Amino acid sequence: MLYAIFIYGPEAEVASWNEKQHADVVTEHTVLREKLTAQGKVGPVVRLMPTTTAVTVRKGNEPVVIDGPFAETKEQLLGLYTVDCATLDEAIDIAKAMPWGTFEIRPVFRFFPGAALPEQA
Amino acid sequence: MTDLAWIDAALTSARPQAIGALLRYFRDLDAAEEAYQEACLRALKTWPVKGPPRDPTAWLIFVGRNVTLDEVRRRSKQQALPPDEIISDLEDTETDVADRLDASHYRDDVLRLLFICCHPDLPATQQIPLALRIVSGLSVKEIARAFLVSESAMEQRITRAKRRVEAADVPFETPGAPERAERLTAVATMIYLLFNEGYSASGGDVHVRVPLCEEAIRLARLLLRLFPAECEVMGLTALLLLQHARTAARLDADGAIVLLEDQDRRRWNKGLIAEGLVLVDKALRHRRPGPYQVQAAIAAVHSRAVRPEDTDWAEIDQLYAALETMQPSPVITLNRAVAVAKVRGPAAALDLIEPLAVRLDGYFHFFGVKGALLIQLDRAEEARVAFDRAIALARTAAEAAHIRLHIDRLIKDHQKKTKDNKASA
Repeated sequence: MLYAIFIYGPEAEVASWNEKQHADVVTEHTVLREKLTAQGKVGPVVRLMPTTTAVTVRKGNEPVVIDGPFAETKEQLLGLYTVDCATLDEAIDIAKAMPWGTFEIRPVFRFFPGAALPEQA
Repeated sequence: MTDLAWIDAALTSARPQAIGALLRYFRDLDAAEEAYQEACLRALKTWPVKGPPRDPTAWLIFVGRNVTLDEVRRRSKQQALPPDEIISDLEDTETDVADRLDASHYRDDVLRLLFICCHPDLPATQQIPLALRIVSGLSVKEIARAFLVSESAMEQRITRAKRRVEAADVPFETPGAPERAERLTAVATMIYLLFNEGYSASGGDVHVRVPLCEEAIRLARLLLRLFPAECEVMGLTALLLLQHARTAARLDADGAIVLLEDQDRRRWNKGLIAEGLVLVDKALRHRRPGPYQVQAAIAAVHSRAVRPEDTDWAEIDQLYAALETMQPSPVITLNRAVAVAKVRGPAAALDLIEPLAVRLDGYFHFFGVKGALLIQLDRAEEARVAFDRAIALARTAAEAAHIRLHIDRLIKDHQKKTKDNKASA
């Protein structure tokens, strides 16, 4: 089963991390990603820019473009993993191995890998 | 994550909203600060054991308020304080209440707090230290070090600033649209000045003070999160990100200034540039240009150029022309002259800046630019006079060293010329 693991957390807190904290989180994710890649378990992994860079398009008779994220929440969507796991427990274990945040695990209904977009590290 | 560094980051990020809400509640800056401090002390005791609460900001506001109210009650009745666990325990059941009470006010709470720190009654020399102390939570010692004054002098400056804003009596009602716009403008200016204080230090041996720049960016992002549709706030945030992205390349190993043209562009921070460019794009879509957006657009042109020779100087010239009409200032014309020199040559640029001589008589950069243009026109003697004046006006050691480099080059060229002349004679 494919799962999407959404990583949430207060982005204001991320903005208050010191350099070492940033580096530690990045390193832990890199290690996890490389391990899962070697096991053939991970698909696209995405880290998002802050919600201040987002625009939201609302479709109606006239589509409206609104600055900011879709929902104003206390914790923001920061990034996501797509993982291929035999069981939900395995997906939960992967989320538990992540260094920081709150994780929403959602089974994927359909998946289209699309073009192999260039990596952006 | 119960490590102290993570708790520290959570407390720092919650600070503006928590103190803003406590200020609205107590209507007194000192009381709000003290309540927040008390709440932090309890957080440091409780969170490592129980884990951080779901909503740290609401927890801090709630606990800060309760502790202070209990203190007031204790003083009036001479009763003992309830034990810590009871005060802290309340949050689990009451977070929702605290939430509902404050969510609608959060935005204006933070804006009010920031505005109080840059109140028009305060001189700029007091605004930034006050904001760093109250909003950012830097210690007086850290602020004193950043401004190269003694701790006691800084303490005095901050206390004086507090007294003055108390007297100014900023209203606590929800502001109307005009007040909100006025506050936003004042706060944006303060953040911009804070960044500049870090980016081009106004004295001493250190030319760049990175923590001040980072703090300015943190506040700009905070302001943008609160006002996501304000294009000038987008422009300001973009401008700071794009400028800060060059920090690693701005000084060489000896601490000397490296000009934009000579910087190793591979050392520019790609992540910050990407974020800045996105914000410029987003802002320009609104077609409501303002000075911060135009300055960010100028920085964006530089950021997009992979090599210095790829820079679209004609675009930069036009953007500076737009900025001149929005915000006429000799300094902007001076900056435009650099672009004009590239597009139409050094003579045209010199014509542009010569009328500014009287107004920029005490400005380091004026003589730096003038000297550089004169060199390009082979007027070495006049260039030297301009550089001498620039050295006399330099505010930091790095500025002075940079100009001395120009002079050394002039002397070398001169010696080379005399030698060549002798050889050919």
